[in-house]
Amino acid sequence: MAVTDHILRWVVIAAAGLCAAEVSAGVLPEDRADALYHSYDGGGVEVNGPSLLVRKSLGQNVSVSARHYVDAISSASIDVVTTASPYEEERTENGLGVDYLAGDSTMSLNLTTSSENDYEAKTFAFSIGMDMFGDLTTVSLGYSVGQDKVGKTGQPEFSKDVDRQSYRLGLSQILTKDWQAELGLETITDEGFLNNPYRSVRYLDPASPKGYSYEPEVYPHTHTSNAVSIRTGYYLPWHASLKGEYRYFTDTWGIRAHNAEIGYTHPLGNHWTLDLSYRYYTQTAADFYADIFPRQQAQNYLARDKELSTFHSHTFGAAVSYLFEPAGWRFIDHGSLTASYDHMLFRYEDFRDLSAAGPAGEEPLYDFTASVMQLYLSIWY
Amino acid sequence: MRTAPLFALVLLLLEGCGMSPWVKPYERAHLADPIMRFERNPVSSSYRHHVFQAREGARGAESSQGGGGCGCN
Amino acid sequence: MRTKRHTFLRVIAVLLAAVSFSTWASTGSVAPDFTLKGRDGRNIKLSELRGEVVMINFWASWCAPCRQEMPLLNDLYQRYRKLGFTLLGVNVEQNPRAAKRLLKDIPVDFPVLFDDRNEVSKAYDISAMPSTVLVDRDGHIRFVHRGYKPGLEERYQQQIRTLIRE
Repeated sequence: MAVTDHILRWVVIAAAGLCAAEVSAGVLPEDRADALYHSYDGGGVEVNGPSLLVRKSLGQNVSVSARHYVDAISSASIDVVTTASPYEEERTENGLGVDYLAGDSTMSLNLTTSSENDYEAKTFAFSIGMDMFGDLTTVSLGYSVGQDKVGKTGQPEFSKDVDRQSYRLGLSQILTKDWQAELGLETITDEGFLNNPYRSVRYLDPASPKGYSYEPEVYPHTHTSNAVSIRTGYYLPWHASLKGEYRYFTDTWGIRAHNAEIGYTHPLGNHWTLDLSYRYYTQTAADFYADIFPRQQAQNYLARDKELSTFHSHTFGAAVSYLFEPAGWRFIDHGSLTASYDHMLFRYEDFRDLSAAGPAGEEPLYDFTASVMQLYLSIWY
Repeated sequence: MRTAPLFALVLLLLEGCGMSPWVKPYERAHLADPIMRFERNPVSSSYRHHVFQAREGARGAESSQGGGGCGCN
Repeated sequence: MRTKRHTFLRVIAVLLAAVSFSTWASTGSVAPDFTLKGRDGRNIKLSELRGEVVMINFWASWCAPCRQEMPLLNDLYQRYRKLGFTLLGVNVEQNPRAAKRLLKDIPVDFPVLFDDRNEVSKAYDISAMPSTVLVDRDGHIRFVHRGYKPGLEERYQQQIRTLIRE
């Protein structure tokens, strides 16, 4: 038995060696630049700004990229309106990336910094992708680590840390000449000051005129989440594609979420492309979430963030793209102009609308719609 | 039978180099078409993921890791 | 116990043998003959080109390295055709429409053949895109290149010169 194992071990190594000899190289991501304008308007919140990306390959093996993104926020959201005052803020994110192609593997390094007046974040990400089995399978592994500094406007001495780590595994498989699928797994862990320093929860308070009073939210110091997703794409014979995606999410805070999305892409002629999509999302509330607690300091952890409540949402999206190939331009190979619109509907099942009238804890459930627009120019060179 | 799973692994590795892939490199026209890519426009996709992540409790496993395509070189 | 181990090792040996056969079949053997239709509608038969050095390049319009390679192959064709060299561009697409469109953007002088049933691609065991096969004056496959990276055209040139001088 031991001899067989020993021989087997060498056979495995030899087979791997044989494969390495036969293996083919991959290609770097394409050179392109994108200038996008984004706009979100919903639930009393308006966020808009630019998103820019430039990517260029240097030699045969290296591709570098740079990103710049801004969220200009004008917020009079339901949380803000009921517990604070409308505010304006700007968040800027910058990133640099390097991709290195070695044989049939691509390695990527990315550095991102994000800052707003009371929150700073730095993330470092590394990933590696390998093509195998006649380039029909791609395995990818990713790891990222981040550190955030949480501040509080008006309290310069307030400074808390958050440490984040994430691990990703991806498996992409070509099934037929018209069909491919992808499996993704991601585990994220956070540690530190995980709540919002401005947000409050409410509790029943007969002494108060409204019937309830506020106290600051309290979150656990750790948060670990697991997500698994399947993605699939099918080429339709009339030159169009159908894509589907499903993701399942769970975390240590008790949230269970599912989302499913389908998308249809249809090129029209040589220049136009139409994209249609529908996404459904549903989640159950975190263990320590409640719209209204029975009394003050009812439990160790308290949250009333609607993001942690029980809700579902529908997103309907459409995008139109025009491809142009300028013959006379020396530096640009081709380009496209795209406009997209997403209509989102959020329906909360245990988060109540405090701007509406009603006895404490029996106000109508909250819901809102949002319009998301994107307009972007892409060039390939 | 510890050797059984190892044997399966060997077969898998040998399949990788010895046996031909069932979709040949010259049959990848459809898979190479940009409309088959999960993230045809990375800037737009990452913005869309950000819009969802900022308003939902779920996070992770939302972006494509690559694969498919023309399989060239 | 011993018979089990024996059978096991024999199976491994057979598998390894199967692998070696398929991986190293091409170089040194006679280039499989074929007849394909060209752009002008006329047929071109490989065996009729015996006596010349033939470079067969398998390409597709959807393959970015193939597109990159085309103008460089055209340069090689123009430089060496008078010395007994010819280049055949074999397009592997089931529908030649996209290929013909590409040839308007990247015009080439060498013959372009359409292997729309992929019989020639199968005969040459094409395992990468693009693939380039160099056949000597006696019809034997001498060099095989899988894929294209900038700079490979230098190697092509060296190998063409070697085969022309024979």
